[in-house]
Amino acid sequence: MNHDIYDDDYIRGILDSMKTIAMVGASPVNVRPSYFAFKYLAQRGYDMIPVNPGQVGKSLIGKPFVASLDDIDRAVDMIDIFRNSEAALPLVEQALKMTPRPKVIWMQLGVRNDDACALAENAGLKVVMNRCPKIEYGRLSSEISWMGVNSRTLSSKRAPVPTQGMRLSLHRVSVGGGDTAAADRAARLKDDKNNRS
Amino acid sequence: MTDRTPGFATLAIHAGAQPDPTTGARTTPIYQTTSFVFNDADHAASLFGLQAFGNIYTRLGNPTTAVLEERVAALEGGTAAVATASGHAAQVTALHQLLRPGDEFIAARKLYGGSINQFTHAFKSFGWNVVWADPDDIASFERAVTPRTKAIYVESIANPSGSITDIAAIAAVARDAGVPLIVDNTLASPYLIRPIDHGADIVLHSLTKFIGGHGNSIGGVIVDAGTFDWSRDNKYPILSEPRPEYHGIKLQETFGNFAFAIACRVLGLRDLGAALSPFNAFLFLTGVETLPLRMQRHCDNALAVAEWLAAHPAVNEVNYAGLPGNRYNELARKYAPKGAGALFTFTLKGGYEAGVNLVSNLKLFSHLANIGDTRSLVIHPASTTHSQLTDEQKIQAGAGPDLVRLSIGLEDKEDLIADLDQALRG
Ligand SMILES: Cc1ncc(COP(=O)(O)O)c(C=O)c1O
Repeated sequence: MNHDIYDDDYIRGILDSMKTIAMVGASPVNVRPSYFAFKYLAQRGYDMIPVNPGQVGKSLIGKPFVASLDDIDRAVDMIDIFRNSEAALPLVEQALKMTPRPKVIWMQLGVRNDDACALAENAGLKVVMNRCPKIEYGRLSSEISWMGVNSRTLSSKRAPVPTQGMRLSLHRVSVGGGDTAAADRAARLKDDKNNRS
Repeated sequence: MTDRTPGFATLAIHAGAQPDPTTGARTTPIYQTTSFVFNDADHAASLFGLQAFGNIYTRLGNPTTAVLEERVAALEGGTAAVATASGHAAQVTALHQLLRPGDEFIAARKLYGGSINQFTHAFKSFGWNVVWADPDDIASFERAVTPRTKAIYVESIANPSGSITDIAAIAAVARDAGVPLIVDNTLASPYLIRPIDHGADIVLHSLTKFIGGHGNSIGGVIVDAGTFDWSRDNKYPILSEPRPEYHGIKLQETFGNFAFAIACRVLGLRDLGAALSPFNAFLFLTGVETLPLRMQRHCDNALAVAEWLAAHPAVNEVNYAGLPGNRYNELARKYAPKGAGALFTFTLKGGYEAGVNLVSNLKLFSHLANIGDTRSLVIHPASTTHSQLTDEQKIQAGAGPDLVRLSIGLEDKEDLIADLDQALRG
């Protein structure tokens, strides 16, 4: 499948069905994007597991760090990779050995590894690359709209006031299949550049 | 419903808005408040640290204003938008994220006179140097590029000349130079032209004009196309490097394709302070719902009046890109097929004197310094909006001394023509 642009339904389906998420590369430093995303997803009711060998013995907003995917004591639905793109391949290899197997590999904004992606998809896993689950959740629920971000969704329904731990409805009308015309162009330009070089 | 893409008119009404969560109010309420309570200390810290979605203080963002921002972002096809106190505030807020003292930006010579003043004088004291180029000569933009160039700035339809800019050609220059293309889309509005579709990276508006459309509020907006890679070559440290104000957050790394809009908000609005009032945001929201209807009527009326004037014996020349034979007609048909906008200029055979007489004889057209109202407006730019420019700058900006500018409103076109007819007869 095309990993430049995702259909909203694809992302929606993943975020709606996941319960337990292991975040590899979660940072205890509160200005790192991984910390933001970890905290937000925990507040939206996901069972979050921080994975970072340098932080074992400590915890992230009350959740104890584990050193690696092998050290997780419960079934994991999704692996969220907050590492560089090269680290994604060995992580997917490791994820495929887990029982039960995770269903989704999610690579963070700026992280893309097409080999790792192919390996996971061939094993029947869903893959998202170069996206942030916090941003996507905030977008599809329109919670992100407070800062003028184009959620690219519409709804005439009254939404509840979000409280701690509440899962929000992601089932709004999508404007277009996935990304904006601008994002399409950015992807096209990137391809042009790759083809030229 | 993901297989259907809502159209422009649907977005103009629905994007960004939903019934109020607490009251169910269907129209977006005016949240006329300076500040918003925190749930607890941790919530406050998360909001200040940009970790959570929510409201803090209306200088940084407001729920009424946020609906307007998302609405305009959706109409322009951008990733996010930031509303500002005026169009000029949008310009300074956007450029402040890109330029350091000693840097340059290239701007089209044909711009709103106030923008020419802002760039020439106010920005000089920031150490930002504007380099002028001719929008009718794309090579002049290429020649103006230097290693200090940080952006290229044009108007989609230029004020007051009504000339149409070849956005895609200038976008190609910007791409080769590795700098963003900023397009002031005030005169076209996204109904006529969506600059992002033609390669713009940032779109600005004076909301005061067609988006508001009723001549009742001053405001501006910055739209982030989400297309520019700010971290490629260290030219835009505000977006690519750790921000000391936010304990070392890197904006592009954290916010991805809407990082520029975030910078305009959390640095621009926070520190420069030009926030839009929620009340004005509400008026703009009411205006923007009818943008497609109004804009089409503006264009249809303008074409009828321009055709009538072109055949009038007292008129020397009508400069409306919508008229066949106009030098911008081809660009108008490419970029603005639904119409060439509400604004055009014309010169009178009687010269300066006849222009002054016309303005004073008109009874329905209002003589004032604005455009994009429901009402038809008339002005003599040389003695008003462009009066601070030198004669040479006036001519370059398309505002020569014998020229009258009209902003055609939504009245019955027959009444507008009758008013011009009696005024030209004197
Ligand atoms: C094309 C254009 N850009 C910017 C502005 C400035 O906007 P504001 O008056 O809202 O500051 C104007 C105002 O006339 C304009 O016509």
